[in-house]
Amino acid sequence: MEDTITAIATAPGEGGIGIIRISGSEACDTVLRIFRLPSGRSVEKLDNRMLTYGNIVDDNGSVIDEAMVVYMQAPHSYTGEDVVEIQCHGSMVSLRKILQLVLAHGAVMADRGEFTKRAFLNGRLDLAEAEAVIDIIRARSDRGLDAAVSQLQGRLSGRISSIRKDLADLDSDIIAHIEYPEEDLEELEYPDLIKRVSVIRNAVARLADSASTGRILRDGLRLSIVGRPNVGKSSLLNLILNQDRAIVTDIPGTTRDTIQEYATVGGIPVILTDTAGIRETDDIIEKIGIERSRDSADTADVIIVMTDSAAGISREDMEILKQYSSDHTVAVLNKIDISDDDMLRSEEDLVRSETGISHIVRLSAFSGEGRDVLIDTIRSFVYSGEVSLENDELVTNVRHAELLRQALVYLDEASSMLRGGEALDFAETDIRSAWHLLGEITGEAVSEDIITEVFSRFCLGK
Amino acid sequence: MERYPMGSFDVIVVGAGHAGCEAALAPARMGLKTAMFSITLEAIAMMPCNPSIGGTGKGHLVREIDALGGEMGVNADKTFLQSRMLNTAKGPAVHSLRVQADKSRYHEEMKRTLERQANLEIKQAEVVDLLVEDGAVTGIVTRTGGVYTAKAVIIATGTFLRGRIFIGEAAYTGGPNGMAASVELSDSLKRLGIPLRRFKTGTPARIDRKSLDFDKMIVQHGDDHVVPMSFMNDIDFAENKVDCWLTYTNETTHEIIRNNFHRSGLYTGEIVGVGPRYCPSIETKIDRFPDRSRHQLFIEPEGENTDEMYIQGMSSSLPEDVQTAFYRSIPGLENAVIMRPAYAIEYDCIDSLDLNATLESKIIRGLYFAGQTNGSSGYEEAAAQGLMAGINAALKIQGRDPLILDRSEAYIGVLIDDLVTKGTNEPYRMMTSRAEYRLILRQDNAADRLTQKAYDIGLASRERYERYLEVREATEAEIKRLRSTKVSADVLNPWLESIGSAPVSEGTYLADLLKRAEVTYDNLAQVDPERLEIPYHSRTQVHVKLKYEGYLNKQELQIERFKRMEDRKLPEDLDYDSLEGLRIEAREKLSRFRPVSVGQASRISGINPADINVLLIYLEKMRHSRSNKDTENE
Repeated sequence: MEDTITAIATAPGEGGIGIIRISGSEACDTVLRIFRLPSGRSVEKLDNRMLTYGNIVDDNGSVIDEAMVVYMQAPHSYTGEDVVEIQCHGSMVSLRKILQLVLAHGAVMADRGEFTKRAFLNGRLDLAEAEAVIDIIRARSDRGLDAAVSQLQGRLSGRISSIRKDLADLDSDIIAHIEYPEEDLEELEYPDLIKRVSVIRNAVARLADSASTGRILRDGLRLSIVGRPNVGKSSLLNLILNQDRAIVTDIPGTTRDTIQEYATVGGIPVILTDTAGIRETDDIIEKIGIERSRDSADTADVIIVMTDSAAGISREDMEILKQYSSDHTVAVLNKIDISDDDMLRSEEDLVRSETGISHIVRLSAFSGEGRDVLIDTIRSFVYSGEVSLENDELVTNVRHAELLRQALVYLDEASSMLRGGEALDFAETDIRSAWHLLGEITGEAVSEDIITEVFSRFCLGK
Repeated sequence: MERYPMGSFDVIVVGAGHAGCEAALAPARMGLKTAMFSITLEAIAMMPCNPSIGGTGKGHLVREIDALGGEMGVNADKTFLQSRMLNTAKGPAVHSLRVQADKSRYHEEMKRTLERQANLEIKQAEVVDLLVEDGAVTGIVTRTGGVYTAKAVIIATGTFLRGRIFIGEAAYTGGPNGMAASVELSDSLKRLGIPLRRFKTGTPARIDRKSLDFDKMIVQHGDDHVVPMSFMNDIDFAENKVDCWLTYTNETTHEIIRNNFHRSGLYTGEIVGVGPRYCPSIETKIDRFPDRSRHQLFIEPEGENTDEMYIQGMSSSLPEDVQTAFYRSIPGLENAVIMRPAYAIEYDCIDSLDLNATLESKIIRGLYFAGQTNGSSGYEEAAAQGLMAGINAALKIQGRDPLILDRSEAYIGVLIDDLVTKGTNEPYRMMTSRAEYRLILRQDNAADRLTQKAYDIGLASRERYERYLEVREATEAEIKRLRSTKVSADVLNPWLESIGSAPVSEGTYLADLLKRAEVTYDNLAQVDPERLEIPYHSRTQVHVKLKYEGYLNKQELQIERFKRMEDRKLPEDLDYDSLEGLRIEAREKLSRFRPVSVGQASRISGINPADINVLLIYLEKMRHSRSNKDTENE
């Protein structure tokens, strides 16, 4: 059978709803592993063409997002295979998290056009549509990506190529010893091999890690605004966006859902999440909004905690400040236009000493005073390393990230075989697999290369 | 010259080397009337280069040939002088058996086997022409005018085709080992539209044992326990008879060679053929690796009843005076007397891309090619191809499906797929690293992988088949027993401590203990009093299958994926020009190669993933239009 494939089916950065599509014989099993009913119970089977409401949970059982899943049994689906769609909130944050979970639970990342290709292969498209499919597939290899992306890709290719070169060197050392057991070669010492594997492993790990910072360039920096109701969060959102996006009222709890906006702030693409005021409430709809705001703040790259400086720092403010205190948190003291200097100073001291938050900005969301300082502070996070935008941010493609992750698994395996004193053969198999996987990123996986490498480096043969 | 009819056969094999012998035995054993031709019957199973069989990758091939009912392993066991299992510390998949064989006995025993084979005639004659009607071969013509008709002809001419010998400035027409070259057959092949090219190889000198001083060399003994090449023999079935020796070149040697580079055919431009990277002449080694202060050479006996010694590591095409000088610069060889000089040989071979996976020519039906003439190198590679060409020629005549081994089933599959799909620009040598699924393709499980297939086509004997079933059953039963035998911590812990392994807290299954680095099937016997003796050929398998289960399962998964693409067959008459979306380069390549499956297509150089998608889409279109038609007909 074919692999079970998955991808985010909705366009990035749009809409309140996001869909992750999974197609293949393992589609149901994969989803059932990460889906729980609101009661927390798992679901035994999905009914054909029925929506089921529940939560997507990670391996620790923590809820990632609430979602509806729908199962379309083969052959009556888009691809003609078993298809399950997860409908969740449209934020890229939760979509990506869910996608990662689906990948970790048995699906593989779909190639571009692969759902359509399968649809055709399974007889779900007519001939004219099929021609279009060929075009799509053709485009994948023949047409370049846009300039910005391809520049990024070029840098990535360079990095991968150099890692592959190191892997090839290591591999050919081992192969020479395996193929020419009687040859006059320098002994391979395990500690040295372990070291070499670990250097390469770390380089791959750095690239794999950069998949998340690389995401910032593509999907934006995740910025969350939290705070007690009616401290002015939506006003700040509008201030940054220069538009009335969220409904701004004086009634606490107006913003009942998280609101997402995409914007460029100080040259950095940003996903802004204005979240419902965090407070205890009985209002069921508001409650959902509040929970969601907690989630989005938990996954944010930068968190802005807002307080009403004119009202002073309440016990509730302090709790929220403490809850979200981190090295990427900014405390924003709003409404400075109606507050006095002494009060502000004492509030600043209080925040600094009680919460450990060191980034504090005075702002008037109403007049716009302090906006530039806030933006500079956000930028400083990005450029100072907390949320790094340095050279390592090359991996923006989920398929690439997945391949890197798989390569990492093989390298870890190689390392553990070597550490366990197991025969060279196994480590070699893993090293070669890693080399192949990385080659799939750059499209240059050909095994004859390694053999050429062996003979160019060693004097071998009778 | 007048031609006259001399006989009629099912299969005719041209050449009696390692490929030719297997190519002749297989059809004869499968019941077909077979004839084998050789310029001289002294060339039967001749080993014109080194006296060894097996080694890394090659040992695997011999085990597979054996598992399929071929002769090489059996003959090597009959005639070996020294046996060594190489790479024992580097993992079960790369354990490689290699023997030094007695060259003249190897030839005699093989000749005897051929002579005694029913349905097989052996003929000394030079084949000079092929008869072809309507694109299919119908027979051969000998130099003396004899016409022999055949339904299939297998060309296994090794280095004989338009062979040319180089020793220093001397260059002349000749075959290997002082034999005559075959010249006219090349012209016949060209007339039939089969493109030929030139490859080259070489061999070192043979030196008189009496002139060597072994005190200055390092002795190399055989293994304490001799492991058989053939599944039909058991461990310790025989003993080592000889030693080999090791010595090294030095700066003086290199100096002599460097000073005489200009007198080698390689550097004068006389030699145009492409030589193998993995079997370089000593002058090539010194030229390419000037920093090496020494190169090793092994001194190996050519037989028990001869004083000729083979100088492994020092093939050359330098003149004889230079050869004498550089050999004598080596410790132990100061008084070396050369009996046969080193030489280089250049020969015609075909482009293996012109072959199907059955080794049948794409140009002439019924014409098969095997061995060095396909651009490979090595006795084992040749024998493997000879066997497969023989089997497939026989199956075709019998009207049965071909036997094609894929890359996940055998090194033989890797070898032939590499040759017919990727092609080769130098004499091709098998290596374990060429096999993607080598953890599964081990030499210990060759019978498991192949003997059933060989029995099904009528090649493996009943005796072999029953032995295989017995071993398989023993292996499975033992694995089952180890999985279900639990031993208490009290018994285990003192022993685990003694071998430096961590203690267990509770009773543990023996199979689980075997997963530990310190534990082997052999030493596990100490805590396994119920163990019964199992057949030798089961032992390694039990050890490997349990110990490396995780790795083996991982590779099985990879094989499943691989098989999916192999199973998508491409129609023989597919018109690639009519396929929308294929690039011109892909069209040309696919039209020329005519791959049998999408999997094979994906391994052709210059075919990219998008092209493969187009093929998949096309296949699906075909399937649909067919199933739609079926529906209409209902």
